[in-house]
Amino acid sequence: MLAGVPRLNISGWLNVGISAVTFAASLALAWAVAGAGTVAGMSFRVDAFNVYLLALTAFVGMTTSIFSRPYMRHVRESGRTTDRGLRLYHAMFQLFIFTMLLALATDNLGVLWVAVEGATLATVLLVSLYRTPEAIEAAWKYFILCGVGIALALFGTVLLYFAAQQVVTDPAEGLTWSTLYGVSSQLPPSIMSLAFVFLLVGYGTKVGLVPMHQWLPDAHSEGPTPMSAVLSGLLLNVALYAVVRLKILVDGSLANADSPRLAGYLLMGFGLLSFLVAGLFLHRQRDIKRMFSYSSIEHMGLMTFAFGLGGPLATFGALLHMLVHSLTKSAIFVTVGHAAHIAGTQNIDHIRGLIRTQPAVGWGLLLGVVAIAGFPPFGVFTSEFLLLSATMQTQPWFAVVLLIGLAVAFAGLLRYLQPMVYGVAPEGQRPVSANMLPVMIHLGLVLWLGLAIPSFLAAWLDRATDLITGAHLL
Amino acid sequence: MNLEQLPLLQQLMIVLAAVALFTSFVLLEQARLVAAIHAFAWQGVLVAMVTAVVATSGGLEHLFFSAGLTLGLKAVLIPWMLHRLVRRLELDRHSEPLRRPVLVVMAAVALVIFSYWLVLPMVQEGLMFTRNIVAVSLAVVLIGLLMMAVRQQAVAQVLGFMSMENGLFLAAVSATGGMPLVVELGVAFDVLVAMVLFGVFFFQIRESIDSLDVDRMNRLSERGEDL
Repeated sequence: MLAGVPRLNISGWLNVGISAVTFAASLALAWAVAGAGTVAGMSFRVDAFNVYLLALTAFVGMTTSIFSRPYMRHVRESGRTTDRGLRLYHAMFQLFIFTMLLALATDNLGVLWVAVEGATLATVLLVSLYRTPEAIEAAWKYFILCGVGIALALFGTVLLYFAAQQVVTDPAEGLTWSTLYGVSSQLPPSIMSLAFVFLLVGYGTKVGLVPMHQWLPDAHSEGPTPMSAVLSGLLLNVALYAVVRLKILVDGSLANADSPRLAGYLLMGFGLLSFLVAGLFLHRQRDIKRMFSYSSIEHMGLMTFAFGLGGPLATFGALLHMLVHSLTKSAIFVTVGHAAHIAGTQNIDHIRGLIRTQPAVGWGLLLGVVAIAGFPPFGVFTSEFLLLSATMQTQPWFAVVLLIGLAVAFAGLLRYLQPMVYGVAPEGQRPVSANMLPVMIHLGLVLWLGLAIPSFLAAWLDRATDLITGAHLL
Repeated sequence: MNLEQLPLLQQLMIVLAAVALFTSFVLLEQARLVAAIHAFAWQGVLVAMVTAVVATSGGLEHLFFSAGLTLGLKAVLIPWMLHRLVRRLELDRHSEPLRRPVLVVMAAVALVIFSYWLVLPMVQEGLMFTRNIVAVSLAVVLIGLLMMAVRQQAVAQVLGFMSMENGLFLAAVSATGGMPLVVELGVAFDVLVAMVLFGVFFFQIRESIDSLDVDRMNRLSERGEDL
């Protein structure tokens, strides 16, 4: 599609345009869902849970495309890629956004799988865009690990379909989420729990859960920065969304079995492990993008834990956390992209004195890190606070672990931040043309969410919570 | 369990699935790439045959279509593409014996037993026949995984990946009578695109490290990061 556009300037703008149209469409859809509750038809189904993720995906897609236009021009001028590479980049960017939207909107679990796999395929060539040995290694690792993971998820889907066939008679309906949701209490629990293990390992690879996270820091640090922003901010969400959708089904099926909370415990275990391991790894990073990808793993681990914990409060907090994490993390990656261009390297030791060379980037990085580390008054603080109080209510011991983990991660992020922002700028470091508008919008939104969650959004998240846990919070 | 009591077609299905599992072992052991590609093609043929048998026994017409699709894709197109790639990369004479063949085969056998153990819960549901076939296909999947782990050569890893797909398809067809058509087409499309991308990657990898030995790609690790 975009690959055919000959003039690269135009295709950059076109990329922005298409993303803006997508965002407008998603807003219209959100409006329809807000009115009707659930919009379904043509094997798509949009309810409170996925519509906010749809809007978020389209929004971050749009702002990232705004950022990527000058960024990729800079990359082209510095000779790290070719005209063909740039064309490939624009085409794949849109394809990637499309597959994610498809994954979110579809009602068919098989199509969900196809779309998530499609998202992998669309991004794998982008990770290796710069053609350096590191980039190719990262892309191969990404391809193989996610390929294997997603294959296991397909096996889980097959088992799920098999379980569904014991109940649902119409073969075409056997993978439709809404149908399965209706009969979830009759699905055979033994097969469902087996299927869930495969599905969790499969989609968990994409979420970046430890120990299947190996691909994530590599792919994020070697790919072009706009890609890291959408991978970290959006793709991980989509994968987690898939896991949570499936957990709803498994919970329904296991409700009367011996271990009704099996799925929740699995999620809690994997989530907590990722959270702690990633927090520790933050401390020994040299590459700035690698560091922030570990921070993504940490936050995804936290959300996974919260979804596993269940209960309206934890789920509400996790949903909010998904939202603020995406916004903050994509803003950070955008800023980091500029910072790396200023310093000419991604090595933390050589990025110094940003606030002197280019105050906008320095402040952007400072505020972004402060927000992601969970300082008030940003939204991440609110959601982490909700999660902690939910943990305190049900599993007080885990709250202690979480607090320690948060402190470790906090220290890991802050210890590198200070010299990067305030240190002495090396000679000859010049500002680059940076479009900080997306960053400011994202951080502004996160701040707004931290100060006061608008009532329509709260109602929205509450409906999603009701869908997942069967109980309202508000 | 009494296999003799099953209908003849189901017995045939189990035999075919077992032979497919056998080709998995062949694939795992095979040192020469070209021979491994042939083994993979035969596995594709077997999976297509299982699909056709399921279609006949259940009277499921859409499965004939999937059987044709599998035969075309897994037994003809992908092996042909791999063959061409291997020739263009001048790897036809390449052979790479396994480092610890006995250990690897023992591991594969353990995986087969593990798959049977894993599907034990299905016995309670009284699904004897299905259990067999799900266990066999799970074993094919896991042996593909093992192959990806023990092989250093990129093409061999891809073969492992593709044979995992075969196992998945076998499970889908034999246990559930095939997934809905839209899903099946989507999966087939994804596999095809993945294959094309693998082809692109072979050249990129060789360009960057001058070999297809993936073990030599070790620049990205937690320690080796002195950029």
